[in-house]
Amino acid sequence: MTDLVRTYVLLAYTWVRAAAQYPVSLAITTVAAFLVTALDVAAIAVIFTHTRSLAGFTLLEVMFLYGTAGLSFAIADLLFGNVDRLSQHVRAGTFDAMLIRPASPFVQMAVERFAFHRVGRIAQAGVVLAIALPGLEVPWRRAWMIPVMVVCGIVIFTALWTLGGALQFLLTDAPEVANAFTYGGGQLTQYPLSVYGDDLVRGVTFIVPLAFVNWQPALYVLGRPDPLGLPHLLRFLSPAAALALACVAALAWRAGLRRYRSTGS
Amino acid sequence: MIELDGVGRSFTVRQGPRWRRRGGPRVVHAVRDLSFHVAAGEFVGYLGPNGAGKSTTIKMLTGILAPTSGRIQVAGLDPSRRRAVLARRIGVVFGQRTTLWWDLPLRDSFHLVRHLYKVDRTVHAARLAELCEVLELGGFLDTPVRQLSLGQRVRGDIAAALLHDPAVLVLDEPTIGLDVVSKAAVREFLRTLNAERGTTVLLTTHDLGDIERLCRRVMLIDHGRLAFDGTVDELRATAPGETSIEDVVTRLYTRPSPS
Ligand SMILES: Nc1ncnc2c1ncn2[C@@H]1O[C@H](COP(=O)(O)OP(=O)(O)O)[C@@H](O)[C@H]1O
Ligand SMILES: [Mg+2]
Repeated sequence: MTDLVRTYVLLAYTWVRAAAQYPVSLAITTVAAFLVTALDVAAIAVIFTHTRSLAGFTLLEVMFLYGTAGLSFAIADLLFGNVDRLSQHVRAGTFDAMLIRPASPFVQMAVERFAFHRVGRIAQAGVVLAIALPGLEVPWRRAWMIPVMVVCGIVIFTALWTLGGALQFLLTDAPEVANAFTYGGGQLTQYPLSVYGDDLVRGVTFIVPLAFVNWQPALYVLGRPDPLGLPHLLRFLSPAAALALACVAALAWRAGLRRYRSTGS
Repeated sequence: MIELDGVGRSFTVRQGPRWRRRGGPRVVHAVRDLSFHVAAGEFVGYLGPNGAGKSTTIKMLTGILAPTSGRIQVAGLDPSRRRAVLARRIGVVFGQRTTLWWDLPLRDSFHLVRHLYKVDRTVHAARLAELCEVLELGGFLDTPVRQLSLGQRVRGDIAAALLHDPAVLVLDEPTIGLDVVSKAAVREFLRTLNAERGTTVLLTTHDLGDIERLCRRVMLIDHGRLAFDGTVDELRATAPGETSIEDVVTRLYTRPSPS
């Protein structure tokens, strides 16, 4: 484990140092990442100029949902967003190169071209959360859930990307389906899930466990009843959901790696 | 150092695009029932026409691919099961594609290799200086790999594969596309490496000059099977009528398929 972290940090540092050779470009892309995602918040603000609540949630509460989902997604994307590029690496032969090095191919793939400018998005989500929190006056006895939910969200998004990558061991010509789930999920979880209708909420609760990224734990933090009337216990199950999904993803990755067949050339 | 016993590798390939696939999947036997041993310190050339199974063999030796049958041992390890441990004892060069980091300067690649293989700093510095000198890398250490010429890149790849001082070096077509001067430099380097450090070398090639100048032993693979294993002189003796080694090999390649 420490070896994996060490490898990750070493490779990430090398990429950042290479990017820092062009400091102006690095600064511009980072600021751009911040500003582009800030447009999402502008969209939320526009909605609230017409209404005082969205599916019963106030502006501050929606900003809280947005901030926690954004933070989880942006951190997971920065750290592991590359693992569903497996088929590109297989086709280019770079995956073979990763396999001949004494380091985890998963870590090598995750950190390849480490995109430091994505911290711009992390900062943006952090700012939104920092603006929302004081106004919400979350009591301390419920606030412990906030870091827990962000970490669980990171694990869930990472597991989804890993599953997508694992799938590409079998179908090298498969499109990057995981992106639909993770980017879609990143967008989806920015709003109160109850705006989407019951069927979708049940789907993202029990099938693709996106509801555990922030929706269920946020109901706890905000002290709200579940609009769908799902069991109260669910709001504490994010760690279990994240762990279960991570195990499935790890097994799928291993199974895929065993079936790896390189390319004929 | 390298031992193969009855090794086979097949691929199931689906034919044509999904919507007009006729018949079931087809099985390609890239390598079948391959057995040979290479002792420590040997220099072996691995020869064969396109699609004979050379690259597949190399990928199995390095643990990239698991064999579908048979047993492999390299430096005392089963490559596909002990890939990460084996990586520290083996050096791998693919002439057709690089194992270096495409967008990073060569120097950064070497730096990463040192950390990934956990080579001691002073040992690494000495080894890198030595490799830079004999492979003449000094002029482009700060150039990103993607900007290097083919000859420069291959030399960089060879250096990266040897920084951790492996006991075995396998090379898949290292001289492909190189000009005469680069080719001579690479050959001379490999020859001294084998003679002076005793590194076991196995290389695939289409270049018979490589074979004549470097390899004491030649193995020829055809349709995934070992068709010849012996010295260069023995190879010549298989076709007494032919004068050049080129013709001897052409004759071996164009024998009717054994299957
Ligand atoms: N990943 C793969 N998938 C399907 N077929 C493959 C794959 N790798 C190799 N082959 C097939 O196996 C045979 C041997 O290929 P290879 O080992 O690359 O030959 P060589 O390196 O001697 O030219 C070829 O027929 C090739 O098409
Ligand atoms: Mg080949």
